[in-house]
Amino acid sequence: MEEGLLHAVQGFMYPNEVELQWSILIVLYPFTTGLVAGAFILASLERVFNVAAVKPTYRLALLSALAFLLVAPLPLQLHLGHPERSFEMYLTPHTSSAMAMFGFIYLWYLMAVLVLEIWLDYRKDMVLLARSETGWKKTLYRVLTLGVDNISEESLRIDDKLGRFITIVGIPSAFLLHGYVGFIFGSIKANPWWSTPVMPIVFLFSAIVSGIALVLLMYMLVSFLKGIPIDMPCVDTIARYLMYAFLIDFSLEMLDLIHRIYEADESFKSLDFMVHTRLYTSQILVQIIFGTIVPISMLAFIQVVKLSEAARKGIYVLAGMLTLMGIFAMRWNVVIGGQLFSKSFLGYTTYKMAFATKEGLLPAILLMLLPFGILWVLVKLLPPFDVEKAAV
Amino acid sequence: MSSDRRDFLLTAGKLLVLTAPAAAYLEAMETGKAVEPAYKTAEHYWGMIVDVEKCIGCGNCVRACKTENDVPLEPYFFRTWVERYHVAGAAEHPDVDSPDGGFNGFPEKYAAGDGAKSFFVPKLCNQCAHSPCTQVCPVGATFESPDGAVLVDKTYCLGCRYCVQACPYGCRFIDPRTKTVDKCNLCYHRITKGLTTACCESCPTGARQLVDLKDPKDPVHEFLRTHKIQVLKPQLATGAKVFYNGLDGSVR
Amino acid sequence: MHRFLKDKEHLVRMAALFAAGAILFLILQAVLVPKGFGVYGHYRAGALADNRVRAPRFAGRTACVECHTDERDAWKGGKHAGVGCEACHGALAKHAEEPSASNAFKPDPKTICFTCHLANVAKPKNFPQIDPKNHFDGGACDGCHSTHAPDKGPAK
Repeated sequence: MEEGLLHAVQGFMYPNEVELQWSILIVLYPFTTGLVAGAFILASLERVFNVAAVKPTYRLALLSALAFLLVAPLPLQLHLGHPERSFEMYLTPHTSSAMAMFGFIYLWYLMAVLVLEIWLDYRKDMVLLARSETGWKKTLYRVLTLGVDNISEESLRIDDKLGRFITIVGIPSAFLLHGYVGFIFGSIKANPWWSTPVMPIVFLFSAIVSGIALVLLMYMLVSFLKGIPIDMPCVDTIARYLMYAFLIDFSLEMLDLIHRIYEADESFKSLDFMVHTRLYTSQILVQIIFGTIVPISMLAFIQVVKLSEAARKGIYVLAGMLTLMGIFAMRWNVVIGGQLFSKSFLGYTTYKMAFATKEGLLPAILLMLLPFGILWVLVKLLPPFDVEKAAV
Repeated sequence: MSSDRRDFLLTAGKLLVLTAPAAAYLEAMETGKAVEPAYKTAEHYWGMIVDVEKCIGCGNCVRACKTENDVPLEPYFFRTWVERYHVAGAAEHPDVDSPDGGFNGFPEKYAAGDGAKSFFVPKLCNQCAHSPCTQVCPVGATFESPDGAVLVDKTYCLGCRYCVQACPYGCRFIDPRTKTVDKCNLCYHRITKGLTTACCESCPTGARQLVDLKDPKDPVHEFLRTHKIQVLKPQLATGAKVFYNGLDGSVR
Repeated sequence: MHRFLKDKEHLVRMAALFAAGAILFLILQAVLVPKGFGVYGHYRAGALADNRVRAPRFAGRTACVECHTDERDAWKGGKHAGVGCEACHGALAKHAEEPSASNAFKPDPKTICFTCHLANVAKPKNFPQIDPKNHFDGGACDGCHSTHAPDKGPAK
């Protein structure tokens, strides 16, 4: 129990508000689903909009999305008072609840979009591996191919057509996946820090930004580890899309901020004070300055000044990492920030994050490392680069 | 129909009609208590009146509620609590405190004649008719009963805390023992037995009064007609059914 | 038919897998949704009864005056007529149930009165409140006030 939490209260809070309801685990959730949506949208750039330059990252983007999507519900389960009852959301979903409907959007996206698309794209490789592998791996690939050995031209052509259709359906699905998470917050009229119609859109664009940054970093890392030369036109294109998405995201967030400052409604003084004190480091420094303005400037700089390949690689890595840090900070500022002030607009509390407890920092770190573990397994089972090359 | 058969049917009918009160009579004789008529939700629509001009901040309601409803005693969990307002000058900057929710009353901290006005405001779940908390519950573990009380199904609640976030009044909390949500349920176990809520029963000044909006004889109708009444945060259109008399503009 | 399905068998198998999953989900839903869900609204009908199960701890003033008629007469005639018995005597449902088995709590007349009547700036001006330092000789309240009818003197 949070003994001594009362001492950290400044001003007045309704007695039940003093202890925060949603912890860092709930911050992880929009962060991971955002990475999923963003990675998928980058992958769809090649498939639907025929941006050929980013093709080398297509499969890796899909696998990354899957790895993170599988982990996404875990922080939620840890957070629930009764995780054994979480299936109730599927049995008796309350249709007016964004959280309940999200369960179905998650399921749709996982099964009907991501799993199907990966399966269709990899089917030829899986059949070839089923034929060439031995032992348990052979059985695994045969199960994955549903026991079908046919990889004729016609069947692959059908796969490609269907895959393209699924990607087209997948783009609004990805928008829905993360826009809905934004709506979960944005629809709460009781909380003025959350309640805004632009929340789903801001969440979506910051998701795209984080997803692109993730794929950029993953691609460079996996290529480096496998000794494959990095396709520079590919990463240059990705970095350009990252910059575009970031500019839109930043404009939207600034629009929301300027709007709030201008209208200065009853909650404004309280929120303004919170941003300048308890949220200063995470919002002003980490999210806005080092997490947004600095990476955008670095990426913009590259568009204007010609730099060497090595210099660009270095900048992409740094900008990518700062971006991920900035988008994480944005989720933190929304979730935690929304609970630091009182709904009476007269007071503030603190978030005391423990380390080795159910909702502490340690499980959060482990949960963020888990997708990379899963991705490592996926990359081993379903090599994102040519099967022949990977076999070398 | 022959008169014999008709007589038989009439007698049988009369006997049948008497069995119900007979059974009730027998049961009453057995237990020695009057059997209550069954409570029908359709006949009631509950709310509450809080008269700020009468509240003396004694804290009886806070203590009674925690006793009656087995609420954890730590200062982070309240089904009802009392706030003290001290407004000097602009209503935009009231000084508000609620030491342990008012559980031990309010130690004096202001001096008389300092040019400010002060008063107590009891708070509780507003039993909203368009409740934002039930709107967001993902599974249907909290709901508006047909008789106007917003209740929690503790065997179904996941403890996701979405409803706690959605309540504009801060009246919900997570019970650390059951890990499910808890809040004022208008002492549903009492009001369905003809008793009043624990807080109203123990309030010495009548600042809190349970009201039944469906009962034409309830004094609430006259009260609402003759007093200047407000609900908390009317701009959020929650359909709150706790009606405050004498609520100052500075109250949050 | 066979010509149509040529090269599409993997899709048929995948579709069958999805269909099986959907059917399994519907079966689970039919089996696992609690009885009485949705009868009155989007909730388990039994929850209404669950909320009524608690045993009251406060008996209510009508229960007390059934037996304590002397106190009732004094109380009804004085300025505490609007104050419930348990407001001072605490939760007494057990005592009302089984009077001999459970003793009622008798509050200390030297302190109980201050719960309400101790002067406080935030209390309504017309409410009787005193500062014990300035109130006569500051002895026990029931020395001068009858506890049940404080506007009258104590019973001799």
